[in-house]
Amino acid sequence: MRITIDHRTRYRFTKPQARIVQMLRLTPCDTQDQTVVSWMVGVDCDARLRDATDGLGNAVTMLYAEGPIEEIDIAVTGEVLTVDSSGVVHGSIEPLPPMIYLRTTERTTLGDDLRAFAADSMALAGDPLDRLHAFNAALHIRFPHVPDAADTGLTAAEAFARGRATSRDAAQMFIAAARSFEVPARYVSGYRIDGNAQSAPHAWAEAHVERLGWVGFDPATGLSPDDGYVRVAVGLDALGAASIAGTRIGAGDEELDVALRVSQE
Amino acid sequence: MATRGAFDEIWGHGGPEDPRPEFAALSQWVADTPATELQRRQQSAEAAFRQLGITFAVYGDSDAAERIIPFDIVPRVFLQQEWTRLCEGLVQRVEAINAFLEDIYGERRILKEGLIPPELIYRNEQFRPEVAGIRPPHGVWAHICGIDLVRVGPDEFYVLEDNARTPSGVSYMLENREAMLRLCPELFRDFRVAPVDSYPDMLLETMRSVAPGNNRHPVCVVLTPGHFNSAYYEHSFLADSMGIELVEAADLVVDDDFVWVQTIAGRVKVDVIYRRIDDDYLDPLTFRADSLLGVPGLIGAYRAGNVALINAPGNGIADDKAIYSYMPEIVKFYSGGEAKLPNVETFRCREPQALSYVLDNLGELVVKLVDGSGGYGMLVGPTATKAQIADFRAALTAEPHRYIAQPTLALSTVPTMSDSGLAPRHVDFRPFVLTGSDGVRVVPGGLTRVALREGSLVVNSSQGGGTKDSFVLLEDGPAGQSQSQRQSQ
Repeated sequence: MRITIDHRTRYRFTKPQARIVQMLRLTPCDTQDQTVVSWMVGVDCDARLRDATDGLGNAVTMLYAEGPIEEIDIAVTGEVLTVDSSGVVHGSIEPLPPMIYLRTTERTTLGDDLRAFAADSMALAGDPLDRLHAFNAALHIRFPHVPDAADTGLTAAEAFARGRATSRDAAQMFIAAARSFEVPARYVSGYRIDGNAQSAPHAWAEAHVERLGWVGFDPATGLSPDDGYVRVAVGLDALGAASIAGTRIGAGDEELDVALRVSQE
Repeated sequence: MATRGAFDEIWGHGGPEDPRPEFAALSQWVADTPATELQRRQQSAEAAFRQLGITFAVYGDSDAAERIIPFDIVPRVFLQQEWTRLCEGLVQRVEAINAFLEDIYGERRILKEGLIPPELIYRNEQFRPEVAGIRPPHGVWAHICGIDLVRVGPDEFYVLEDNARTPSGVSYMLENREAMLRLCPELFRDFRVAPVDSYPDMLLETMRSVAPGNNRHPVCVVLTPGHFNSAYYEHSFLADSMGIELVEAADLVVDDDFVWVQTIAGRVKVDVIYRRIDDDYLDPLTFRADSLLGVPGLIGAYRAGNVALINAPGNGIADDKAIYSYMPEIVKFYSGGEAKLPNVETFRCREPQALSYVLDNLGELVVKLVDGSGGYGMLVGPTATKAQIADFRAALTAEPHRYIAQPTLALSTVPTMSDSGLAPRHVDFRPFVLTGSDGVRVVPGGLTRVALREGSLVVNSSQGGGTKDSFVLLEDGPAGQSQSQRQSQ
């Protein structure tokens, strides 16, 4: 599938900012399942952009801008060719072994209720892959999809208690539970075609399965990702894979606007 | 009592009347100087420390008052030949620590060889994936190491802990010497004591040597979390002694992958940062997002190779207590020879056999939290109450992987002022080892900590420990002889 992405993030500040430093994880990498045909990260003000690769193999861009800045517009445009691989990831850059993704973080705090829910949903399934699929499907049924909003910092346990989940929350719940069963699992941020003209960036999970390697699970659909998905960054949790981590020096508040169009050509 | 049978570094096993022959003159000095005079000098030293503000805050103490660490006037002395042998072991150990860090964040040969269980690295919070794949400028990771040692005989040292993050305490080494020079000048006339005051110059040399590229006039700074930090005195003292800026995070900005410091003359590029901020708080974009102490983008500049951070982020994996028990294998793997400085025998409670041994022998062992420090979360079996032992038994059974245990050693003692006159008190030792692009250097001295309570083995300042000056003699032989040689010159 040929997917085009037009993703704009605009920060507007109530008072001019003296300085902005951001770390962007907005650039996908080639795998055997996705080929980045073209990709551009642009900023509408006088900023310096520097590319690097982080410890987990993500492409990162450091953004440095000096004020006074009243607003900043980050535009990501690109085109990616994808193939359906039944959720199995082939040929990704993996600087560290899967075991690193057994660590728990604050955001992937499990809690007893989620633990019990995961164990229940896996009880009837056979091999490890089936168990993960069963849990993924159960999460989908239990948590009706809520459109993604700004990250409010919920842990997996807190999101479970709420009973509603964005794709971010659902992915973190999946990861937290998988790790408790000694299955390496990680957070993936990226894009998904969902027929919706205005949608937010998407998040899902990947678990490492014997003989298959990394396999994607999207609790928002209850299925594995297909060729309608573009993987951008991985992390131990939503924070670690955040599209934009930023700091600013200056008073006042900020207003965030996200416009996203993911379409199939 | 634990003191009995321990090796006293000045009196040997013989007591005050029969000191080690090399220390006869020092023993004589201690005996000849009236106790009231020693006390007066000690109080004068402590008054000076209080005035300078060399204090520390006791963590977990409800009144959280800042205290000064008690100072003991009787120095601890190393003979030149003892020191030379000790240094060989320290250099070997610190070279191995640097090689280990280079490997573990790079190729990870040691894991491929199967010498360390991989989960001990990958599931250890001290292994920082954020800096994996980054090679610091000139390949130096642990620029400043404070290796904690204990001694049980003239040449028998054991490493207790490798501090490879931001070891503190060097200001005590320097200030204790200042005080001794002022209060006991006769000692420096009678003994040839190696000076330690070159430490700030050596540190600055070390910092300059690891500047990115071949910059001959690199800009170096000390980065402090601020004046509320318990080691702030040391931060300002070191910056002042080196003649470089002491900065806080707000003074630094990262732009275009370079670090800059704001000065009245405009902004200046920074090449080397001696940071006294823990990894977690160093850069809110990479580590804890809620940190106000850090510099946003600092790891970006570091990853780009444009700034040296002293010590390198991620070093915690080298001095982690779970890794400690593998240090003999680590030293051998990278140096090709046996470790010259042994470890204390360590039982890894994560291993079932070790755990059952530890549970059977709690009364004789020291049990430590793998991720604890400062003497917290620690059981000293021989001096513990029944209730304390019961608590630890329960904790160990519940979470064995969090603990290691070690036998209690007959730690050496040094004569120390006490309420009932001079008495042997247990000591440990933290020498400071510097690694630059041109090799490893050890300052001839260090921080001696002394457990002031009779029989106590806990030297941590937060648990009632004090400090002493640590002399390294430039020449050996009976001190009296060297004194007469000097007088005849």
